[in-house]
Amino acid sequence: MANVRLVQGNVACAMGALAAGSTFYAGYPITPSTEIAEHMAVALPKIGGIFLQMEDEIASMGAIIGASCTGAKAFTATSGPGFSLMQELIGYAAMTEIPCVIVDVQRPGPSTALPTLSSQGDVQQARWGCHGFHSIIAIAPSSIMEIYYQMINAFNLAEKYRTPVIFLMDEEIGHLRERFELPDNYKPEIINRKKPESDLEVYLPYINDQSNGVPPMANFGDGYRYHISGLTHNEKGFYSSVPSVVDTEIRRMVGKIEDNVDDIAQFEEIGAADCDILVIAYGSVARSAQEAVETMRADGLSVGLLRPIVLWPFPTDYFTKACIGKKAVVVAEMNLGQYAREIRRVVHTDIPLKSLTRVDGEFVYPDDIIDAVKEVL
Amino acid sequence: MKKCYEKYFRDNLPQIFCAGCGNGIVMGAWARAMEKMGLDNNDCVGISGIGCSSRITSYIDLYTLHTAHGRALPFAIGVKMCKPEMNVFVFSGDGDCAAIGGNHFIHACRRNINMTLIVINNSIYGMTGGQYSPLTPTGHFATTAPYGNIDPAFDLCKLAEASGATFVARGDIYHARQLTDLIVEGHRHKGFSVIEVVSGCPISYGRRNKIYGAPALLKHIKEHSVPVATAAKMGDEDLKGKWRVGVLYKAEAKEYVEAYQELVAKVQGGIK
Repeated sequence: MANVRLVQGNVACAMGALAAGSTFYAGYPITPSTEIAEHMAVALPKIGGIFLQMEDEIASMGAIIGASCTGAKAFTATSGPGFSLMQELIGYAAMTEIPCVIVDVQRPGPSTALPTLSSQGDVQQARWGCHGFHSIIAIAPSSIMEIYYQMINAFNLAEKYRTPVIFLMDEEIGHLRERFELPDNYKPEIINRKKPESDLEVYLPYINDQSNGVPPMANFGDGYRYHISGLTHNEKGFYSSVPSVVDTEIRRMVGKIEDNVDDIAQFEEIGAADCDILVIAYGSVARSAQEAVETMRADGLSVGLLRPIVLWPFPTDYFTKACIGKKAVVVAEMNLGQYAREIRRVVHTDIPLKSLTRVDGEFVYPDDIIDAVKEVL
Repeated sequence: MKKCYEKYFRDNLPQIFCAGCGNGIVMGAWARAMEKMGLDNNDCVGISGIGCSSRITSYIDLYTLHTAHGRALPFAIGVKMCKPEMNVFVFSGDGDCAAIGGNHFIHACRRNINMTLIVINNSIYGMTGGQYSPLTPTGHFATTAPYGNIDPAFDLCKLAEASGATFVARGDIYHARQLTDLIVEGHRHKGFSVIEVVSGCPISYGRRNKIYGAPALLKHIKEHSVPVATAAKMGDEDLKGKWRVGVLYKAEAKEYVEAYQELVAKVQGGIK
C-alpha cells in the first residue's frame, strides 16, 4: 500500500513522460492541460532536463522538434486551440520523421468554446490536422494508470517509428483523480531510435531499405552532418521534386505506420466476440461504456464492449472482423460522430450503426449508452 | 575555390539563387567568418526558416535544419538548450524573421540565448515573387503594393535592441569584408546576436523599384549605407532614407542557457 497514491490524469501524463525518459518539455499554458506543464516545470530541473515556457504553441512545437534532433525525448501538451496552431509543425515532424509526443487534453470547440469542459472533438484533427500526405499515431487512454503506461508507449512508438505521436486525452480524464499504483520494482521497457551504423560519408537519413520503413536516425552532434528539411527530399535529405523520388518517400513515410498497424494497435474488450450488440468507445467515454455494458450484461443482455486504445492508425481489418455478425453497433463519443464515421466505413451496410454523440460539454453517462443500446436492440 | 568555401560548403553547388542575388555574398562572408574563428563543422548547427535566404542551410556543411516559415528560432532554442556547446547560426530573411516569425524574434532577443541570427533583408518576399515585407520601405513597390507600399517599415535593429538582444549590428552586401567582421564579432559575443544584412533582390525588388540589375542595386546599397561613426555626425534629415551600418548596440546581460544551468544547479543543490 505504500506505493498507492491519488493522482490526477494530467499529473500521471507528466509522470509517464518522465518514466519514458523525457528530458525536454516546451509548452504554452492552456486549460485544461496546464497541470502537465506545471508538473514538468517542477520535475525537469531536478533531473537536469529542460523545461521551457515558449511564446506560443507554434514555438513549443519548434522547440521540441529541435530538441529531438539532438536526441532528447521531447514533448509538449496543449488543448484544442493550441493543437490547431501546432498542426503545421506536426506535419513538419511527420515529413522530417523526427520523434516527438504531443499531448492534447481535449476541450469542446471550435474556437474558445468551453475551456473547462470535456470533449473528444479533436479525433479527426489528430488524424488529418496538417496538410498533405502523412500518417499518424494517436493514443486515447481511459484511466489514470493507462495514461501513465501509454505515455511510455507514446514515446516508444515515436522513437520506433520516427514519428510524432498524438496523445489524445480529454478534460474529463485529465482532471480525474484515481488510484495510482505501480508494481514493485517496476521498470518500463524503453525503446530508443535506431542509430546509424554506416560511415559518416555514406549515411542516408531517409534510406528506403529497412524492413519496417524506418531509417536509422543520427542525432546532431553524433558526427553525421546531414540536412533536415520539410521539403520533399531524397534519401540524403536534400530537396527533390523528381516524381519517382517524391512518390517513394511519401509512400514509405505513410507505409511505415499504416503497414505496421498490427504492431501499433491496442484494444481492450468485454465479451466483444460473441455479443449481439457491440458498443465501441474510447478515452473517458469508455469508462461509461464499461459500466453500461457490465450493467446490461448482468441483466442478461447480449452486449459487448470494444475499446480501441490506439485510435490511429485505424485498424480497418480488426474492426471489420469485430463487427461481423452483430445485430447492431453503437459508437459513443463526445463529438458529432468522428470515430463512428470510421467504423461506418468498415461495418457491413446491413448492420445498423447508432452514433451516440454529445457536444454540450457534458459527459456521456452510462444511462445514455444503455438508452442507445435499447434503441437498437 | 577558396579553402574556406571547400571546408564550409557542401558539394551541391551551384545554388538556386538568381544571378545577382545577395545571398551568395552573405554565404561567402559567413564562410570567411567561420575560417577566421577556426570553427569545426562538427561543432556547428545551421538553422533556417523558409524563403530564399533560408535555402542557405542546404549548402553549408554543418548539422542543418531547414524548418518552417518563420519558425527557425524556436527550433534553434530547442537545439541550443540541449547542446549548449554547439555554435548555432540561424539564417533568416526580412519576411521570415520580421513578419511570420516576428513573435519568435522578439522572444529570442528577450531570452538573450547565445546564438547568431543573420537576417538577410532584401526588402521583399523573393521566393513568392516580390510581395512587400515589414521591412519594405514605405512608398516602394511590390506585386502586392502596385500603387506603393503604405505600411511603415520596422527598424529591425532597434526592435532587436528594445527586445533584449545584446549584440545588434547591420551590415550590407556591398561591404562584404565588414560583414565578415560583424559575423565574427557577433558570434564571439556571448548572448543573442542579431546581424541584419541589407541585401538586394534585382529580380523581384530592383526591377519594380527602377533599380535595374545587380550592379545598380549594389551601388544603391553602397550609397545608402552610412557607417555608424559617420552617422553620429549627421543630422536626422541627412540620414533620411539611409541606414547605419556597423555595430549598433552591444551590452552584457545574463545569457539564457547559463541562467538555466544555474537554475538546475540551484534546484539540485536544494533551494535555500
